[in-house]
Amino acid sequence: MKNKSITPRWEHFEHEADIGIRGIAPTLEQAFEQAAIAMTATVTHLDSVSTSKVISIYCEAPDTELLLVSWLNELIYEMSAQGVLFNRFEVVIDDDTLSAMAYGEAVDRQKHHPAVEIKGATFTELRVYQQADDTWVAQCVIDV
Amino acid sequence: MDTRQFIQRDETCWEIQPKGPMRVPAVIYADAQLLEAMDQKVYEQLTNVATLPGIVEAAYAMPDAHWGYGFPIGGVAAFDPDQGGVVSAGGVGFDISCGVRTLHTGLTMDQLQPHKQALADVLYRTVPAGVGSKGRIHLNHENMHGMLIGGAKWALEQGFGEEQDMERIEEHGCMAGAEPHYVSAKARERQKDEMGTLGSGNHYLEVQRVAEIFDRDAAKTFGLRVDDVVITIHCGSRGLGHQIGTEFLKEMAMSAAQYNIVLPDRELACAPLNSPLGKKYLGAMRAAINCALANRQIITHIARQAVATVFPGIHLGLLYDVSHNTCKVEQHTIDGHKKELYVHRKGATRAFGPGHPDLPPAFKEVGQPVLIGGSMGTSSYVLCGTKESEQRSFSSACHGAGRAMSRTQASKHWQGRTLVDQLAARGIIIRSPSMRGVAEEAPEAYKDVSIVVDVADRAGLARKVAKLEPVICIKG
Repeated sequence: MKNKSITPRWEHFEHEADIGIRGIAPTLEQAFEQAAIAMTATVTHLDSVSTSKVISIYCEAPDTELLLVSWLNELIYEMSAQGVLFNRFEVVIDDDTLSAMAYGEAVDRQKHHPAVEIKGATFTELRVYQQADDTWVAQCVIDV
Repeated sequence: MDTRQFIQRDETCWEIQPKGPMRVPAVIYADAQLLEAMDQKVYEQLTNVATLPGIVEAAYAMPDAHWGYGFPIGGVAAFDPDQGGVVSAGGVGFDISCGVRTLHTGLTMDQLQPHKQALADVLYRTVPAGVGSKGRIHLNHENMHGMLIGGAKWALEQGFGEEQDMERIEEHGCMAGAEPHYVSAKARERQKDEMGTLGSGNHYLEVQRVAEIFDRDAAKTFGLRVDDVVITIHCGSRGLGHQIGTEFLKEMAMSAAQYNIVLPDRELACAPLNSPLGKKYLGAMRAAINCALANRQIITHIARQAVATVFPGIHLGLLYDVSHNTCKVEQHTIDGHKKELYVHRKGATRAFGPGHPDLPPAFKEVGQPVLIGGSMGTSSYVLCGTKESEQRSFSSACHGAGRAMSRTQASKHWQGRTLVDQLAARGIIIRSPSMRGVAEEAPEAYKDVSIVVDVADRAGLARKVAKLEPVICIKG
């Protein structure tokens, strides 16, 4: 029983030193997309980020949990090396590989007032699982 | 957490005896109050560390311990390569060689007071802080290599700083054994424009006033008097360290089974010290240590230039530079025998006692300056290493206050602008590109550093020398 009626969403959860990010959605791919949106929300207001720039992402990992961390770390790398913020994602997962398009724009300190710089996605509270209603949850703590 | 889970050895020493897969005991240095306030996760994480292969004596937690990644933050563990000991990327953390350095200014508060605003303005304008800030230096392939090999010494050769700074930095400014060829293209890419930048989060440059002296002799040796003005810089290896941490964590997690390592938590990802992966990580991590040392050296240079525009002719001498996220090879005495051990300090400061051969001549008699950074708007402390801490914690002490409240809670609880105004009313000038960042770093979101430091002192981990209070804070 696929619960397609649930709208994909994201949330933050508590970690003593840092921030937990969680995506909840009908599909695994959408849960990964939502987790990435939750990550941007730790840095800035999502509404302030336009989608004028697109970057393609590819990563692989032996299981879905490591794949989530790898996906987020690829984004963190692009955010840091290219100086961009993302707010929309299109993720395709095929077994142990992930390919995606990430949409966003260059960081503008006046416009985005970025609060923190993310150091990395961690294995702490790392979980990717399907709930009883079939919706997917993808979560971990990020080090800021 | 419940103190009944522990055997209390003395007022500040709490032990968990080995059980299940634990190879050694786990020991927390805290008073009953700090221990009760600690998250149960610290217990779990510390007992997990005690299960790792080749761990020696005990897994230790400092009085500021809190829930970290694999290791608790404030965790110390030493490993013997001859007993299958490991190196853990999680045990060092993402911000490799994050640390603190303090500079003398030779000014007193009376001299600073009329120029406080001007100094805050020039420091904020010149020291790159916050997300998306870039340094003035662009590293090409050749000078990236030089920086990764040479650390603060490389920065000195490039014209940043003074020769006499070097002996006031751990490893004399240059971490030996760095192997830049193990530093990925991605890690280099993240760093090429980030030299001489503070970063964000809890990183800062602070102008401070010496508020109190606890140990007259040590304070004299360290050149600290009440009402002196000092400058403290807290930052690390920036994007390069973060990327190295990220990459090796994944690789170590994936290869643990191959080395027959059972990980109670994937974040404890590690590899035998004698394995190719362990050696590769050590080479890359040491390069990241050099990156952090070079970074703090360049920021020091920028700060010196900035201060000189307000106080022409001023000289800022370095008190000391310590790192609190590292794994270092050190000699320690185990059962009467000298052993070469790999000591992980995750959010813990090395605190060599008097007479240690690695100390510069000036500090041979009193021990190493141990610099404990506060959080925005709160006090910081200078301590000195003791002989006792060699036996108690492989010569390690705390590193800061530790959070009492999560970032999410803090940003809901406080407004950045209000905090800035409240601190201004107390005579503390805050300059930051992000008001939300300020809210997340609210002084009350942290534990009271004074209590942490008192316990470290009573536990014999390090001895209190001076208390520093903030005057200007440039927050990343």
